[in-house]
Amino acid sequence: MTDIKSIYASIPHIDEISQHGAFDGTKEKRMGTFVERSATQNKVVESLEEAIRRSGLKDGMTISFHHHFRNGDNVVNLVVGKLAEMGFRNLTMAASSLSGVHAPLIEHIKSGVITHIETSGLRGELAEQISRGLMDFPVVFRSHGGRGAAIESGDVPIDVAFLGAPSCDPYGNANGYSREEDQSISCGSLGYARPDAKYADKVVILTNNLVKFPNSPYAIPSSNVDYVVLTDNIGDPKGIMSGATRFTTNPKELLIAKTAADVIHASGYLYDGFSMQMGSGGASLATARYIRQMMIEEGLQCRFALGGITGQIVSMHEEGLIDRILDVQSFDLDAAESLKRNRFHQQIDACYYASYLHESAVNQLDFVVLSALEIDVAFNINVLTGSDGVIRGAIGGHPDTADGASLSVVVAPLTRGRIPSIVQKVNTIVTPGSTVDVIVTDQGVAVHPDRPDVEVKFREAGIPLFTIQELKERAESIVGKPDPIRYKEKIVGVVMYRNNTVIDVVRQIEEDE
Amino acid sequence: MKLVKTGTAGTMESNDIMVTLEPKETGGVQVALSSSVMQQFGRQIEAVIRETLTELGVAHAVVDAVDKGALDCTVRARVNAAAYRAADDQKYDWGTK
Repeated sequence: MTDIKSIYASIPHIDEISQHGAFDGTKEKRMGTFVERSATQNKVVESLEEAIRRSGLKDGMTISFHHHFRNGDNVVNLVVGKLAEMGFRNLTMAASSLSGVHAPLIEHIKSGVITHIETSGLRGELAEQISRGLMDFPVVFRSHGGRGAAIESGDVPIDVAFLGAPSCDPYGNANGYSREEDQSISCGSLGYARPDAKYADKVVILTNNLVKFPNSPYAIPSSNVDYVVLTDNIGDPKGIMSGATRFTTNPKELLIAKTAADVIHASGYLYDGFSMQMGSGGASLATARYIRQMMIEEGLQCRFALGGITGQIVSMHEEGLIDRILDVQSFDLDAAESLKRNRFHQQIDACYYASYLHESAVNQLDFVVLSALEIDVAFNINVLTGSDGVIRGAIGGHPDTADGASLSVVVAPLTRGRIPSIVQKVNTIVTPGSTVDVIVTDQGVAVHPDRPDVEVKFREAGIPLFTIQELKERAESIVGKPDPIRYKEKIVGVVMYRNNTVIDVVRQIEEDE
Repeated sequence: MKLVKTGTAGTMESNDIMVTLEPKETGGVQVALSSSVMQQFGRQIEAVIRETLTELGVAHAVVDAVDKGALDCTVRARVNAAAYRAADDQKYDWGTK
């Protein structure tokens, strides 16, 4: 055998071949059992504080979180509370979304712990206060696909990701459910956490359920994880998931759903082997029920259902109507259970779902059914700010799927109480009208002028068609013409389109004293 | 129409308005309105309240209205009912023949 060290330097082009020098012997052999090793040599640290310290987090850095625990989440409040206690300042919070449960962030914004926020949406008191000018730096709103793209492209570099996981092993294989026989919390897919795990410099998993290695299947592989923290309370199961999403019995929503299904049927996009995404709103869920009936009657098969997945989609999969499910977010317990049980119910990440940098799954959609807070006469959609101008929603995958799908169907009641859904100009553009094909209301359907191909089919099928202007006037004849919202100059939010160009801004609302 | 006591009509349900009228001798109609759609429709709701009272011949009153997104027809109906109650008048003109 050659004495490698003595000839190493003489190997031609050695500097281009090796960056690590000559072989210098191996580490001491480990002879304990793997079970013993799992207990001692692992990534589990004794406290959150210790994980933060070891992560190297510094003032001004970016931390990230996922929103799969929805309104039951305790991870954001727990971690930011600890960071405040440890004296961190000027942090950027890059969350996949934030909700009502995150109101404690208000104090941490006021005290300068959090100075920048990136999110898909905001709700509750935090949203109210931000709309009233709480932050100097505008909140950056991105779609799920836009966020994935921003993370993978490096637009949003994450220093430390703090990711809650309902199950994790000592090396960091983490998942949104567990195959162990236990009573752990379940959130189903961890799709929005996976880009963070992959691209963040340091990844901390917070779990209340430390299981044996290997925690398979996993959403996040141990190779992406640096530290694991065991903590009692990652979230409230009741807020994370409720049972099956219930069917609406609201006759107005049922009428909208029936019309939407008729529209899809007439459009030609309901064929044997089609693909679809359904929202979780009352009307879109009910649309799935009518679609199911049509599929059975005509012997049609759905190749795949995408997106936020509900029990409705699961039952269609289990009765053989849908071949594959691609699940970036499980909306209810039935969906989470199915992910565990059904091998063709596949967990996907946000980039695979909707990043514009790939031929992502949304690009393979035949149709999508989406909801809206406001629709304007140019077919622009607002799902972010309420009719009073206050932030109260989330972009989600709205612009991603509207752009990706061959037919985007937006469902909304013509009026909600005294608020018209169809207006001259939306308060905030989230999804541009050029990607919206059909508007379905309880009082008629409007087709985008760029889609005469489907309009002809709707006419033949006897669908009640109006121009968008006519629908707007019809709404106004019922509720009156609303006075415009008064805003201040200050910009409190910037809305990014799915390709991360700026599409609109949200301004501070003007209030009566 | 002369108001003689406090009259109330309506509920706090969505799409309704709760109207309370109190009699007053002078000073015209004073309206205190709160609404879930204040910015967009506050002005119109107050106008409908005043218009309805004028039609009823009520010149002086304190109006307390809590609106939850009622349409104009509902606002008119609740103001009418509250006024007849405040006037202790049972002979409501239903407008039918």
